Amino acid sequence: MILSLAGGLLIGAAAALLLLAGGRVAGISGILDGALGRPSWRWWFLAGLLCGGLILALLYPAALGPPVASIAPLAAAGFLVGFGTRLSGGCTSGHGVCGVSRFSTRSLIATGTFLITGMLTVFVVERLG
Amino acid sequence: MIAFLCGLLFALGLGLAGMTQPAKVIAFLDVSGTWDPSLLFVMGGAISVMVPVWRVLARRGRGFGNVRAPVFDKTHVDGALVVGAAIFGVGWGLSGYCPGPALVSMAGATFSPLVFVFSMAVGTLAARLFRKITAAA
Repeated sequence: MILSLAGGLLIGAAAALLLLAGGRVAGISGILDGALGRPSWRWWFLAGLLCGGLILALLYPAALGPPVASIAPLAAAGFLVGFGTRLSGGCTSGHGVCGVSRFSTRSLIATGTFLITGMLTVFVVERLG
Repeated sequence: MIAFLCGLLFALGLGLAGMTQPAKVIAFLDVSGTWDPSLLFVMGGAISVMVPVWRVLARRGRGFGNVRAPVFDKTHVDGALVVGAAIFGVGWGLSGYCPGPALVSMAGATFSPLVFVFSMAVGTLAARLFRKITAAA
């Protein structure tokens, strides 16, 4: 709980810094979308994300938990996440954190929707699968 | 360079928070089973930082050193928003990965986040194509 709260505060601080110092919204799916093209600040952000991953792998390897799905469902899930987030214009960070915190109607609806379908999917896989 | 630092901090936050542990994310979404509510604290923590930041930005209109506030052109709720979010939720529930944690997890020892991120990039490009087709139609 404490670690989750600390991590959340750190995520908020990173999003706040990008917004105040860069004028940009820390929405990861949008940053990835924009990065699949010409070089921009987004490449730097993604490089920072990967470096953060390397630091975690070295100092706190338990943070990078093992996958719960095998390769084929994981590949399908990746496609759904990429397609769905770009259709709705945001993911857990863009809608869930940055949009909800400015009380955007679109983001509140998107966040409610992906939480519900995420919970339903886990219910179907865990209980009925 | 600010963007690099933000990405780094963001990744460390996700790691500390437990968002890069798919089993923990699944346990959070598993409300009918042994529900793990700790990820609520992640969203709560991040949102509690961002609420006053948006307030200040709205009042001042500028960030540090005259940086302009972003403009949001979309305000209406449409089918793409809801259907897209629903599709995203299914992928999230199947894998326990949303975009940020999947990218961070590529630095780990296992091969599977690479597969996830590759198909996520394909899905991203497919959404671009879909938007182009529906905009033309």
